[in-house]
Amino acid sequence: MYNFDFVKPATIAEAVEALSGEEAQALSGGQTLLPTMKQRLNAPATLVSLTGIAEMKGVTRDGDTLVIGAATPHAVVARDAAAHYPALAALAGQIGDPAVRNRGTIGGSIANNDPSACYPSAVLASGAVVVTNTREIAADDFFQGLFETALHDGEIITAVRFPIPQKAAYAKFLQPASRFALTGAFVAQYAAGVRVAITGASESGVFRWTEAEAALSGNFTPEAIAGLSVAADGMIGDLHGTPDYRAHLVGVMTRRAVTAAR
Amino acid sequence: MTKVTLTVNGRSMSGEAEGRTLLSSFLRDTLGLTGTHVGCDTSQCGACVVHVDGLAMKSCTVLAQDVNGASVTTIEGMANADGSLGRVQQAFQDHHGLQCGFCTPGMVMSAAALLAENPKPTEAEIRHHLEGNICRCTGYHNIVKAVLAASGQDVSGLGVAAE
Repeated sequence: MYNFDFVKPATIAEAVEALSGEEAQALSGGQTLLPTMKQRLNAPATLVSLTGIAEMKGVTRDGDTLVIGAATPHAVVARDAAAHYPALAALAGQIGDPAVRNRGTIGGSIANNDPSACYPSAVLASGAVVVTNTREIAADDFFQGLFETALHDGEIITAVRFPIPQKAAYAKFLQPASRFALTGAFVAQYAAGVRVAITGASESGVFRWTEAEAALSGNFTPEAIAGLSVAADGMIGDLHGTPDYRAHLVGVMTRRAVTAAR
Repeated sequence: MTKVTLTVNGRSMSGEAEGRTLLSSFLRDTLGLTGTHVGCDTSQCGACVVHVDGLAMKSCTVLAQDVNGASVTTIEGMANADGSLGRVQQAFQDHHGLQCGFCTPGMVMSAAALLAENPKPTEAEIRHHLEGNICRCTGYHNIVKAVLAASGQDVSGLGVAAE
């Protein structure tokens, strides 16, 4: 990879200042960014590490909300969220492999918004709030397509606030080489209704399957959505699966998630 | 260049690192600890796994400067104080848990991390935990057996392969 200046601030304010420089970029766990830089697909002049900022780490319960610091590694979410939001903890525990989970972070994952990443589905299905150094962004507004988010240049995700559902589950059809989701469905039931978010399937990134949400809000069983399907149009097609295959998986994985929800 | 100081296998060691210097390069090229292997350099294979402050990480996907000050354990730190093979290493030798040996440093470090948090893992838990470590000889069966043996559990129930 091309060389760069490395800085590691200890506070959010220092990080914001460092990111205001020319061609500066934030580095969280680096499990995606560093491989991308090795391929010379990305070459920042300055890399600002967010791993030394204590106020961005940890899992805390705030009433009916679980607050996760953006620099919290997947392994810590898998462990510390388990008693509060088991479906979210289970999702974190299935990302990558154990060594990746010790380094990669929730903030890095959602800021990158890979169309096959797991976390965006949990954030969207939970109707979570993405907290940055300047504002709070609703999940429905945050994810804006392939690797696109509502973040401005230099804006840092500091935490994610997850409303804790009555029942939820994540069903992931693993792509065994990359360990990303070939297709994954996150289903969450709240008093206000059911939310369903699908990752790994659409060329536009994570999306809500609103027909399934309506059906499940009236009857939270796999049978309620047995007759529903999504169109293959706009689904990802690659050597691992055709658009038709992924469209089929959307239904299968959503039904599996509903069955597994607890 | 920035000075990076790590406690490696209990000893304080320093060297100069660029921003882009990977922990794997720093350990191998700067500190001369070549036991940590770099197989794929794309964070897939796990040959470069070391422990950073007690947690298994892929050292080819961590910047040396980002872990400045940390405590790092490498394969060189897995032997006993008298130089004899450590428990996990000995189990790999006893159960033929290596063929070409290239993946072995990472396998041993991942296995040690598993045993530290789960002293008596099941065969399924071992296989699940080693998902991020690839053996190019495909010698997984005896690796799993070695980890099970290192945990002090009976391995006679496992099938025999390549013995």
